[in-house]
Amino acid sequence: MSSAVAEPKTESAGSGAQHARSARRRRRILGQNPLGILLSAPYLVFIGVVFAFPLIFAVWMSFHDYFFAAPGADVEREFVGFDNFIAVATDPAVWRSFLNVGVFLIINVPLTVVLSLLLATALNRVVRARLFLRVSFYVPYVTASVAVVGVWLFMFSGGGLVNQVLGPLAPDPSWLINPFLAMPTIAFFVTWKQLGFFILLYLAALQAVPKELYESAATDGAGAVRTFFSVTVPGVRSATLLVLLLATITGANLFTEPYLLTNGGGPNGASTSPVLLMYQKGLEQGNPDVAAAIGVILVVLVLALALIERKLVGDEES
Amino acid sequence: MIIGSLQTKPDPTPAGAFPNPANITLQNYVEINERISLLSGLVNSGIFTGGVILCTVVFGVLVGYALSVLHWRGRGVTFSIALLVQIVPFQLLMIPLYVLIARDYGLADTHLGMILPFAINSAAVLIFRQYFMQVPRALFDAARIDGASEMRVLWSVALPLVRPALLTVVLLTFIGPWNEFLWPFLITKDPSLQPLAVSLANYITTVAASASNPFGAILAGAVVLAIPAVVLFVIFQRQFQSSDIGSGVKG
Repeated sequence: MSSAVAEPKTESAGSGAQHARSARRRRRILGQNPLGILLSAPYLVFIGVVFAFPLIFAVWMSFHDYFFAAPGADVEREFVGFDNFIAVATDPAVWRSFLNVGVFLIINVPLTVVLSLLLATALNRVVRARLFLRVSFYVPYVTASVAVVGVWLFMFSGGGLVNQVLGPLAPDPSWLINPFLAMPTIAFFVTWKQLGFFILLYLAALQAVPKELYESAATDGAGAVRTFFSVTVPGVRSATLLVLLLATITGANLFTEPYLLTNGGGPNGASTSPVLLMYQKGLEQGNPDVAAAIGVILVVLVLALALIERKLVGDEES
Repeated sequence: MIIGSLQTKPDPTPAGAFPNPANITLQNYVEINERISLLSGLVNSGIFTGGVILCTVVFGVLVGYALSVLHWRGRGVTFSIALLVQIVPFQLLMIPLYVLIARDYGLADTHLGMILPFAINSAAVLIFRQYFMQVPRALFDAARIDGASEMRVLWSVALPLVRPALLTVVLLTFIGPWNEFLWPFLITKDPSLQPLAVSLANYITTVAASASNPFGAILAGAVVLAIPAVVLFVIFQRQFQSSDIGSGVKG
């Protein structure tokens, strides 16, 4: 396969055989191209430093009494078992934040899947103005959250554009300071902002659906709606699973939008997300152990949700 | 957004969505520039983004090549790790990474501290792997028979063949750090080192309330932050192909 391991043939019998044997042993241990190990080593080291070690550290932290100490100071970190988790479970603010992210996911995830699939299907058919449509979908996605938030603040604040248009129908208190509307508003914001990326995913998947299926559906006299549900939806099932998983993970990571749109958590914590709470408890209030415990719970819940979604959609990926 | 940034007074009526010559000014840009230095913010964003892109491309190419072309022990494990890394969300790592990078390594308020957590990008590894797999093996073998070393094969044969992948990865990676807020926000307290997204966010949460035309100033900052990404995207719109992204994420 590779000339790099071609064995020397012109050497004298004794040392040649020995050489070949050691080369063969090296190949057995390291594989045919040991260079691959060298090329991947920096990456693997990085994974250890910024992924694996912090991951273990997070779990360790959540079971210990961890606090910030001066750098280099040798302090006792006492093992406290489930104390941090109990502190988390008995804190109504934590419950509230998980509830909030639940509300967020219930609105955001189905809306994302439905809208991005519909828009991708439509975009796949459109011939004219395709460029304009693509650009208008992707611009929110490529623009920074922080920048777009400025526009939404402008539109959804008390005297903002949306309320001006709605006139007497405007909610009171206004969108982002209303305890019932703050989270849904954020969910709509994030859905709109990220739609472009998910449309891209669906467009890629649509290209892989065999044309013959559409032709035979047309021959059988299926209408557009029927074709959509019988050909398109099953055809992009693995993309749907991916969209579901990514939307869920993004939702669980929610931080920037509630922090900026609702001034760090909204009225009475109505839009506090778990990650926002982790930031507040861990770094502002100096309880990294409690924050780590919230993180562990959040990740376990996300993974559970991901498994459920996988079961629901069914995975037929090869 | 651009129109709003140019208005002397915010006009929240629907008519405000259209430019009105009587109501146009560059004052908002001047005003926000006095509070947060737009230029140093852009430079910091540039260094942060550039560093991340460089690491992403270097590691992505090396590992992607090793995974798709070479046979070595640990190849399967490395591939599984690259897939696994994408599943565990960042929020669990946020607190320990902060403790490690800001406190133990003393990298708070440095560009290196900002870049480090984003230096590995497994999605890029998977995109490059996918592209290298599509290159016919005979091309590599031919170069080897001609006596090229493995690094030479990678540099002179493999890399030029996957130029579209390079562009895709650079564009996709650009969006992340350029728009990233949470991590640089945690790690930089020194305003002169903050990327623009962070300083603009700080402006929104703290200073805006006391400004004469806060929305105008916010929108002016937003325009400066948004324009590089949007321009880049519009120019390379064609390369920003849906199939590339799909193949990358699916692995």
